[in-house]
Amino acid sequence: MTEFSDAFTEPRKKDRVSTFTWWSMVGIPLAAILFQVYVPRFLTFLSYLELPLLVTVYFALMRRSPISGVLFGAGIGLAQDSVSSHPLGMFGIVKTLVGYFAASVSQRFDVENSMVRLVLGFFFFFFHQFFYWVLSRALLGEALDFDPQQTLVMAVLNAAVAVPLYHILDKFKGTA
Amino acid sequence: MELLLNRFRNLTVLLLAILAQLVLLAYQVKSNGEVRLIRVWAVTAVTPLARAIETGRSGTAHFLTDYFVLLDVREDNKRMKKELDRVQMENQYLRTELDTADRARSLSIFQQHSPSKTVAAHIIGNTTSSGAKVVIVDRGSTSGIEKGMAVTTPDGIVGKVVDVYPIASFVMLITDPTFAAGVTSQKNRVHGTLKGQGHSTVMVDYVQNEEKLDEGEWFYTSGDDRIFPKGLPVGEATVVRTGKSHKEIYVTPSGFQNGLEEVLIIIEGIHAPIPDTPPGNQQVHLLDPPPAEGSASSAPVLPQPGPVSDADRIVQQYRKIGEAEKHVYGERGTGAPDYNLPLQQKPADSTAPPDPTKPKDPAKPNPLNPSQNQ
Repeated sequence: MTEFSDAFTEPRKKDRVSTFTWWSMVGIPLAAILFQVYVPRFLTFLSYLELPLLVTVYFALMRRSPISGVLFGAGIGLAQDSVSSHPLGMFGIVKTLVGYFAASVSQRFDVENSMVRLVLGFFFFFFHQFFYWVLSRALLGEALDFDPQQTLVMAVLNAAVAVPLYHILDKFKGTA
Repeated sequence: MELLLNRFRNLTVLLLAILAQLVLLAYQVKSNGEVRLIRVWAVTAVTPLARAIETGRSGTAHFLTDYFVLLDVREDNKRMKKELDRVQMENQYLRTELDTADRARSLSIFQQHSPSKTVAAHIIGNTTSSGAKVVIVDRGSTSGIEKGMAVTTPDGIVGKVVDVYPIASFVMLITDPTFAAGVTSQKNRVHGTLKGQGHSTVMVDYVQNEEKLDEGEWFYTSGDDRIFPKGLPVGEATVVRTGKSHKEIYVTPSGFQNGLEEVLIIIEGIHAPIPDTPPGNQQVHLLDPPPAEGSASSAPVLPQPGPVSDADRIVQQYRKIGEAEKHVYGERGTGAPDYNLPLQQKPADSTAPPDPTKPKDPAKPNPLNPSQNQ
């Protein structure tokens, strides 16, 4: 085979779909939720980390299928809701949208690039916090505070964590 | 139609997922209830894992402090290190035990002195709610915990139970932005509503600008909210200033000052009077040292149960009047005693109980026994 034919048979980076074992797809989100439940109790400064969101974005980006993104987002969001004091569905709806949009973005960009991951981590964190605030006000009538400056700083921090985290999570993936 | 669904398959799945969750949300909001089964499963799945992680963490922390910290010393002097190692490990262990015993004793003393019935609980984690101050405790419905119960420490109130599961409960802290409770100030008896703000201080709202309140004044629960019994300490007013329509009062919660690991959940609350002096900083109330062997005062003196409520005080007063008039309550044909008869006050320094039939001052007539006046 020539190089020319190889270029046709080898899928482009942005079309490559990653697969994961079932235990990593269950264990990683569960670990992320447990981290959020347990770790900030001792390391308060880590409470800014929204690991379930970062994991949702990662799986949606890597699977590159909006339907998978929706299901991942809804699943992780509802699991997070079930150990929160709010009604079930708040995180579920927000993460469903995040999963869908992340998967849609992955069909157009090379999401294995660190810079792209950084920008997406930043964007989706801000989107997640803002949309959660909107839903809380609109659906539950809760007067939560939304500080854009603080949210932007937290988005930067989460994006900074997302890049090395995604590199670690890359170890668990295979390619279809 | 099928073509349309196939073409917009992704969007259809998204809309269906969101619609399903909206229906779920609407059901919960409308019924003001819970999707109990899912939550019970989730909390029951997370709680043992959190407990196992906590055990691992404390074990690792002990291992690191007890071993690696002492490793350098061993390099300096092996023989001395061994001895030091043993002593320090023992010391560390005993200190941890002492701390735990101190906290447990503090809780136990508070439990004994508090008229309310309480259950001790251990905080095992935080919830995932964004911005909410809600913690998970290791007591649930199997320990008699119910939604809406007050949670406190010996230093002050901590929060209230918002969700109950078989082996765990969610406790909303008083710093949560949605928290509210009725409070009253100690000195000027100013009533207000305690509100969380999402950070370490809380505020007292709905206090008129005209009302008098000083900085440093303590706030106690007023019992108006029907959750917290009256008389539990809340905190000290650190900022008091005049606002637009109401005073701006910021309070530092006293319940968190010694860390938050063990708490008491009030199962049966009993209102208590607000004390005249602010609570001290002493964690554990210690008794006086025991008297010397063979001394006259070495006989045990049992504390007399004092009145707790106004009703107790009235009963006690009627009992005294009955004794003073030699009236036996419940006996037929004796009528009722004169409840308006003034009782003689017992002098503060006297040790023997006064004889109600004998006047202390012969010049004054004895109102209880007029025959002695003649």
